[in-house]
Amino acid sequence: MSKTATFERGIHPAYHKELASGKSIEKAKLPQRIVVPLSQHIGAPTQAEVNIGDEVKTGQVIGVTTSFVSSPVHSSVSGKVIAMAPFPNPAGKMVPSIVIESDGNDEAVAYKEDADYMHLGADEIKAKIKDAGIVGLGGAAFPTNVKLSPPKEKTIDTVIINGAECEPYLTADHRLMVERSKDVVEGLKIIMKSLGVKNGYIGIEENKPDAIEAMKSAISGEANIELYTLEIKYPQGAEKMLIKAIKGKEVPTKGLPMDVGVVVQNVGTALAIYEAVRYGKPLIERVVTITGEGIRETRNMMVRIGTLMSDVIEQCGGLVDGAVKVISGGPMMGFAQWTLDVPVIKGTSGILVLTEKEYVSSDDYSACIRCGSCIDVCPMGLNPSMLSILSEKGFFDEAKEYNIFDCFECGSCAYVCPAKRPMVQFMRLIKSQVKP
Amino acid sequence: MAAEAKVHELIVSVSPHVRGKETVGRIMWTVNLSLLPAFIMSVYYFGPRAVYVTGLCILSSIIFEHLYQKGMKKESTVGDGSALLTGLLLGMNLPASVPFYIPIIGSLVAIIITKLLFGGLGYNVFNPALIGRAFLLISFPKLLTSWTEPTAKFIAMDAKTTATPLGILKEEGLTQLMEIFGSKADLYKELLMGNTAGSLGETSAIALLIGAAILFFRKYITWHIPLSFIATVGLLAWAFGGDTGLFTGDPIIHILSGGLILGAFFMATDYVTCPTVRKGQIIFGIGCGALTMLIRLKGGFPEGVMFAILLMNCFAPLIDRSVKPKMFGAVKAEKEQKK
Repeated sequence: MSKTATFERGIHPAYHKELASGKSIEKAKLPQRIVVPLSQHIGAPTQAEVNIGDEVKTGQVIGVTTSFVSSPVHSSVSGKVIAMAPFPNPAGKMVPSIVIESDGNDEAVAYKEDADYMHLGADEIKAKIKDAGIVGLGGAAFPTNVKLSPPKEKTIDTVIINGAECEPYLTADHRLMVERSKDVVEGLKIIMKSLGVKNGYIGIEENKPDAIEAMKSAISGEANIELYTLEIKYPQGAEKMLIKAIKGKEVPTKGLPMDVGVVVQNVGTALAIYEAVRYGKPLIERVVTITGEGIRETRNMMVRIGTLMSDVIEQCGGLVDGAVKVISGGPMMGFAQWTLDVPVIKGTSGILVLTEKEYVSSDDYSACIRCGSCIDVCPMGLNPSMLSILSEKGFFDEAKEYNIFDCFECGSCAYVCPAKRPMVQFMRLIKSQVKP
Repeated sequence: MAAEAKVHELIVSVSPHVRGKETVGRIMWTVNLSLLPAFIMSVYYFGPRAVYVTGLCILSSIIFEHLYQKGMKKESTVGDGSALLTGLLLGMNLPASVPFYIPIIGSLVAIIITKLLFGGLGYNVFNPALIGRAFLLISFPKLLTSWTEPTAKFIAMDAKTTATPLGILKEEGLTQLMEIFGSKADLYKELLMGNTAGSLGETSAIALLIGAAILFFRKYITWHIPLSFIATVGLLAWAFGGDTGLFTGDPIIHILSGGLILGAFFMATDYVTCPTVRKGQIIFGIGCGALTMLIRLKGGFPEGVMFAILLMNCFAPLIDRSVKPKMFGAVKAEKEQKK
């Protein structure tokens, strides 16, 4: 195998991928009831298009938007709207949501298939992507059509499919690359077409040899698509780190990937794009890794958006005794849940259950001993030690001089901190107190 | 929606939800262990008095920290091993012959004044052990500069007093030093082993380097401070340390004698009191080296490592504010701004 690409600094946490990496994607049971938040993305929330008592079909639009930076939401089952109220979302916020009782028939609206999809124009592709409600499925949930519509002065020459999946435990993208490699590549080609780009790349961390093999054979006939094997290192899958690894370019500080001519899309997003453009299928389900030492059976499941986590967990045999933490997403950047009655949303890549054994308390942290470990690992080259001290003391304005807004809260600093300081919390506190 | 009842209590906390294995205690105890070879050599050369002096330093450091924190109604932090480390380092920086009250006073200054009054581990500006020793050197100059011969072989209680190699070099010159040790090779050998007069834990370069190797292996220290410190000392010793003009000095004598090895690997690298940014650490190391040689060659003391590190401790916060790590995407941002 050729040399593996990577970025500077970063950490090597225990990955625990083996818990779920061998489990094929199974279809989760059709939920009896779904809770669909009207906002599942970065940008303007959608407006409810239905009322209590309305009958809806699978794939029917239930939340509409007129904003550019937004994304419509669809019902993932057929049935009846029974409630519309704020519900907790996986990030711990109360979000206006639509509750639908399934009729069990899963009767879908007519999807508009298009076998000749590679002949579509860029605007048609983007319109289909927007109508399908596709957002970045890696976790950030940024509306995909916006990402595919860079301002005119930015020339995009490269599309990268992010198959790094650097978050420990998670294997959703891994399984998709093994099982749906052809479709992911088709998704990439559609993205390249929509941007008028010639160069496509796929980056996969070395710890997924079967995914690398599958993707290699899937791109064997594609002259313009190249696969990069990436070093196993967190946060290799962060956009800026991935671009550095593959293109050797650094996105300028406060900048975006498009500033270096790159658009990055997650594996799951590429697949959703393919399904939307080829089959007219809206984003009503996604692959979720249910894993961790605290769940009875680890799985990778295709879950309908809006299915409650409690429902999914039950299908995996429930929690083991001693399970103390349920996380939406991965262990490095995911959100701890206070209730399991939260829905799986578009950005939910995993449901991770940790037991007392893996749990590390952040309650007893001590003063920064200035060991500098955090500086050695910060992928953005910041000084987290200094920032945490400034945050602790309330010197927020001074923290701006240390480029706090380049921090994307990957948690590498907190991971290595011997004083167990809640570094991410300190960073968020500063960000909440000063303007960029 | 009743699955919640089956789960006991869900813990909600900020990400990341997994943490690395390092703790402050693990680091401190490892540093303590890494000093064990040097401590054993100090007992070999200076006998039971080495145990007595170092033990008193450790014991009183721990007791002072515990009592202070109890008195202030705070949680005692003696378990993290840092009080022991301060005591150990202070003991290793004292001559074997000091009376019993010296370690106690030194520990009091180190732990109470230098460390705890500034807020405890993480907040102290100066290296506690070095302030303790500096206080003692200034207050009890005679006691702190009467050195004994390293002839105990674990057992002998009393030994003749003598001067340290650096003391001889400063007062009587290189010729006299050669007369005592024979050849340069013999001198280097004795300096490496630690068979010379000096502070308890500073004389055996070999034992200290074994300990330093452990810290490197565990990545608790990096090359930046020790290398820049020692290289600066060596360079300046070669340039200005000779009797017969520029560039005739012997860098090896200056590197191996006195407290340089102990200071460069174990004291200048003290996390709390040195800069955190690696580039800044090089500046810090060069500053330590330059001040050490300034004192050794032009100052009133034969040895300058302690004052050099303490003076550079003052600059650590300033260095940290001036030297920033290499930021991701920084170069291009500047270029773009120029456009």
